[in-house]
Amino acid sequence: MAERKMQVEVLRYDPDRDTEPRYQTYEVGCDPDWVVLDALTKIKDEIDDSLSFRWSCHMAVCGSCGMTVNGEPVLSCKTFIRDFPDKIKVEPLDNFPIERDLVVVMDDFIEKFEAVKPYIIPKEPRSIEQGTYLQTPAQLKAYKQYSMCINCLCCYAACPQVALNDDFIGPAALALAHRYNLDTRDVGRSAREDVVAAHEGVWECSFVGACSQVCPKDVDPAAAIQQSKIASTTDYFTSFITGGSK
Amino acid sequence: MPGRSHKPIVWGLFAGGGTVAAFLAPVMILVTSLFALAVPSALSYETMSAFAGNWLIKLILFGVIGLQLWHAAHRLRITAHDFGVRADTAVSWIVYPVAGVLTILTALFLLMI
Repeated sequence: MAERKMQVEVLRYDPDRDTEPRYQTYEVGCDPDWVVLDALTKIKDEIDDSLSFRWSCHMAVCGSCGMTVNGEPVLSCKTFIRDFPDKIKVEPLDNFPIERDLVVVMDDFIEKFEAVKPYIIPKEPRSIEQGTYLQTPAQLKAYKQYSMCINCLCCYAACPQVALNDDFIGPAALALAHRYNLDTRDVGRSAREDVVAAHEGVWECSFVGACSQVCPKDVDPAAAIQQSKIASTTDYFTSFITGGSK
Repeated sequence: MPGRSHKPIVWGLFAGGGTVAAFLAPVMILVTSLFALAVPSALSYETMSAFAGNWLIKLILFGVIGLQLWHAAHRLRITAHDFGVRADTAVSWIVYPVAGVLTILTALFLLMI
């Protein structure tokens, strides 16, 4: 197949050498069927091995290769060069510190991610002898969409509230909290509410919806957050009746 | 409940008002318009006054108007934020008291009918 010449402008930053980020343009011969990640891989293999970027599965499952292509947060393994003109601009995800080149520092997200207890908190410990939990298709369907998140952080890069407030728990973590809250095997909702129902939780979201637009897995974090707002509002008012014993 | 936000108070009213504004208000406008076209005398002062004088109708009108006022207040607060006005507390102190005063006036006017 005829090779296509692409000009790939990449944001470079080496904390040991650079005082601030800079752009470097590479001319790369690409197969027309390639994704942006393929072009970056060719640059690293054949042109400049100092270029740093995260990737692993190359099939939109691992969530490692989130980056900004022509201003949009995307998975670079799912973003085809045929959808772009001959020149593209590749930058790290917005709203995160740059570790090096296209690699961002995720520590802050990991803290928020852990804060929402993203795992099943069962009513009582279950032994192996007791076997697996049973769930109806309807019970599975209730949370399945929100379980598709791969933590690629595209939603954090797109969210204007994340940009404004460093403490905002953010779309992916809140969607994941909602995913476990909706799971019939889980009883951890009240434990998560201290984070979810705090001001920096769902209430910091102003429902711009950018998270759901950019999500490569169609998780729709914005919907999860709005549903959490309804549940937290119900909690808030019922707590006056039950005396906050929930 | 340590650290939980009190935003559910204004957001609850916002959500309730949003539901009214999105689903109920357009239908009410349509039905009223069609009714007025079919029976022009139905919109006379006497008929409307008697209609709004009913206690159940008063209660419904209070709910419909009041909730939408709080919806509008919160919507304006978010819109101000989205337009880059970063004075959330000041904006809140303008929009919510206005909604509060208008809600009280709504109640007073309905009671006067």
